Amino acid sequence: MSPMKADVIVLGGGFMGAATAFFLRQRGRSVILLERGRVGQQASGTNFGNVRRQARHLLQLPLANRSRALWGRLPQLIGEDLEFMPSGHLRLVYDPQRVAMLEQHARGCAEHGLPLQLFSQAALRKRFPYLGPDVLAGSYSPEDGHANPRLAAPGFARAAARLGAHVIEQAEVSHAAKVGEDFEVHTTDGRVFAAPALQVSVGAWAQRFAQAFGEPVDMSTHGPQMGVTEPVPYGLIEVLGASSERVEEILYLRQIPRGNIIFGGGPRGPASIETNRAAYVPDRLFNQVQQLQRLVPALGALQVIRTWSGVEGYLPDDRPVMGPSATTPGLFYAFGFCGHGFQLGPGVGDVMAELIDRGHTTTPIEPFLMQRFAEVGQGGNQTTVAAR
Amino acid sequence: MAAPRVVIVGAGPAGVRCAQALVAAGWRPTVVDESRRDGGQIYRRQPEGFTRPARALYGSEAPKAQALHASFDALRPHIDHRSDTLAWHAQPGRLHVVHQGVADVIRWDALVICTGATDRLMPVPGWQLAGCYSLGAAQVALKSQACAVGERLVFAGSGPLLYLVAAQHVKAGAKVAAVLDTAPWQASLRALPDMAARPGVLLKGLGLLATLARHRVPVHRGVRLMAIDGEANTGVHGIRFSTPDGQAHTLACDAVAMGHHLRAESQLADLSGCAFQFDEAAQQWLPQADADGRSSVTGVYLAGDGLRLQGADAAEAAGRLAALAVLQDLGHPVDDGERQRLRDELAVMARFHQGLATAFPWPAEAAAKLSDDTVVCRCEGITAGQLRDTVRGRGACELNRVKAFSRLGMGRCQGRYCGLAGAEVIAHATGLPVADIGRLRAQGPLKPIGMAVQPAPLPTTTTHTAHQEPSA
Repeated sequence: MSPMKADVIVLGGGFMGAATAFFLRQRGRSVILLERGRVGQQASGTNFGNVRRQARHLLQLPLANRSRALWGRLPQLIGEDLEFMPSGHLRLVYDPQRVAMLEQHARGCAEHGLPLQLFSQAALRKRFPYLGPDVLAGSYSPEDGHANPRLAAPGFARAAARLGAHVIEQAEVSHAAKVGEDFEVHTTDGRVFAAPALQVSVGAWAQRFAQAFGEPVDMSTHGPQMGVTEPVPYGLIEVLGASSERVEEILYLRQIPRGNIIFGGGPRGPASIETNRAAYVPDRLFNQVQQLQRLVPALGALQVIRTWSGVEGYLPDDRPVMGPSATTPGLFYAFGFCGHGFQLGPGVGDVMAELIDRGHTTTPIEPFLMQRFAEVGQGGNQTTVAAR
Repeated sequence: MAAPRVVIVGAGPAGVRCAQALVAAGWRPTVVDESRRDGGQIYRRQPEGFTRPARALYGSEAPKAQALHASFDALRPHIDHRSDTLAWHAQPGRLHVVHQGVADVIRWDALVICTGATDRLMPVPGWQLAGCYSLGAAQVALKSQACAVGERLVFAGSGPLLYLVAAQHVKAGAKVAAVLDTAPWQASLRALPDMAARPGVLLKGLGLLATLARHRVPVHRGVRLMAIDGEANTGVHGIRFSTPDGQAHTLACDAVAMGHHLRAESQLADLSGCAFQFDEAAQQWLPQADADGRSSVTGVYLAGDGLRLQGADAAEAAGRLAALAVLQDLGHPVDDGERQRLRDELAVMARFHQGLATAFPWPAEAAAKLSDDTVVCRCEGITAGQLRDTVRGRGACELNRVKAFSRLGMGRCQGRYCGLAGAEVIAHATGLPVADIGRLRAQGPLKPIGMAVQPAPLPTTTTHTAHQEPSA
């Protein structure tokens, strides 16, 4: 069977893969996107939907800024708005010792072109009177916001397809190998694809592929603990996030115009790359609803109607893997966004497309290169490898 | 060794008979039930202090209802009855419950899910108006509170419950303007050979028709329901339908109770990890189980309408049968003769219910004909047109995918009332069989749970540690 060919094969139809396919098409590169199930079905579609730059590692801000500019070009960019709302993001603390952290972070963000507004308790009370009395201080990022994760990857994938990308769902990859100059990708149903460039953007499942290309990474999988309340009249504009040293106190929430309040936070739950499922742990609900009411006491009258989780991949240093392979020319990675990849999606796609197309990127990604794990392990066969 | 911990969810016919068989074996099961009183939906007990006679509440089924209630009253000292308690989530070996705002975890060695069924609904344009109820809701109002849901009622849909609830209302003195059945007379004739498996029940059904005739309630069969008319602020004014001769009719009414037989209340089985299969006769996904009610998950058992939609008599037999399976699996001797008798009994019920499915078919084709502006998901206000757009514009062809894109089933009812009809709309739009559209995956909580919920103070009465080794 002769393989279907393109300039680039993208493995994984999550947000990163879909956005990469879209921006590659914008650059005129032919693309085959292979997705095991349905586009955006895993972590990309089940996360909280934060389009937030503050509270990120400063190293990520150039990438996050580039991504935020792309969010701002919706719907023109892809023909739909993904329900993106630049509503502002408010980061809140309970502990007096964390007030200094907020100040320090604001100085760092300012140096990276992200102006934050700091609020004392009294100022918070005045501007955001719904906050609970435990909240001591806050940092407000006016240009951040939120979007609907269920729509994001499918929206980018459809836009990529309209530009001519081959988006192939229900194509489970059994085997990926570099044969001569080309990568050959086989699916479990016997299809073969070939391209001189291959991007691995399969989220929590990436370690199988990285291992096969001689770049083992120590990934773990977890599931965010998400819930949503019944709808009430829309009025809570800002995305809220409680920041704490204590994981139990971490809680984030947003209201959508439909009226429901979406929340998450606290200890993460179990997730499996074998069953492809992640569980919401029922016992976590009590802490979450307690923390929700601590942050916004008026929410105490509401009912929770649904919970969910998703399979997220984490790296030991809490940073993603992004950039070229250190072992295999033509191989690129974009995975393991450690529970904070949603905002980065469009930016990652744009940077990866630039990198694959031009061989370099104007956005610094050195902290995310696979190379940083090079001393961890050696070996693997670069020419014929089995991915599973 | 301590007696195994068996938790039964549901105190209807299946749950009560299951508990009875376990108590007879000397065990003390926990019975979790959402209602304040036992009986389930079909044999719902009126609140304490209400004094209507059983005959008025349950008609021809009064002796069975009274027998079940008497059995439960006798069981009370021997079971841990958790009434007014919602099972809201499940994990292996653990059932999460909430009672009056206080949550608890009940650990189990065996879980018997007897969660029954709710109405299966097919949207009709206008069904989001105030004054539209499910048949079950109308029945709850009548049985529990002695109220009719309106002053001039129309019962619309199909299935035995349509006639039962209409007749109950007539007998209680309510004004019933008409019974509108989407199933044609001919379907009943085709079903007769199977329904003859239970001649007594068939006769009772004819009795319901006689009651309606005696009270001069018009019964139209083979109708197509066109629209429920009314206004947002005043609710239902009337209903429009056409008869098989093609004639259009309009009836004035202030309430419509509707339903097309039942849908299994299977979310707890889903959260417990049970495998499902599409049942062609019932035209819906049902949990898988062997003849005695063993699910695909070790330790999880199913009985009653939540497993197979065969009605109350079958539920009583299935409840006992599931208890025997639990007893056997946990090493207690069981009576093979009784087990065989129950299995035989259920086989007769199955044949009868095959007949009912033939007589009162689910009008799947009605979903195809729904106008684009008809609301399908009442909680979220999602129309048939919006669902079709997710197929045409976004390529969705699986129900959870449609949910993700459209919000179908994302409201308070979590898809109970729109899931099956939504699947039919999607099936027609995609040209695929409805079985291929899939089913909405259950997500906890099974029903909305208040934010004020508190975990139970530790240690709870149900998480004994007496038999555990002290840990170092």
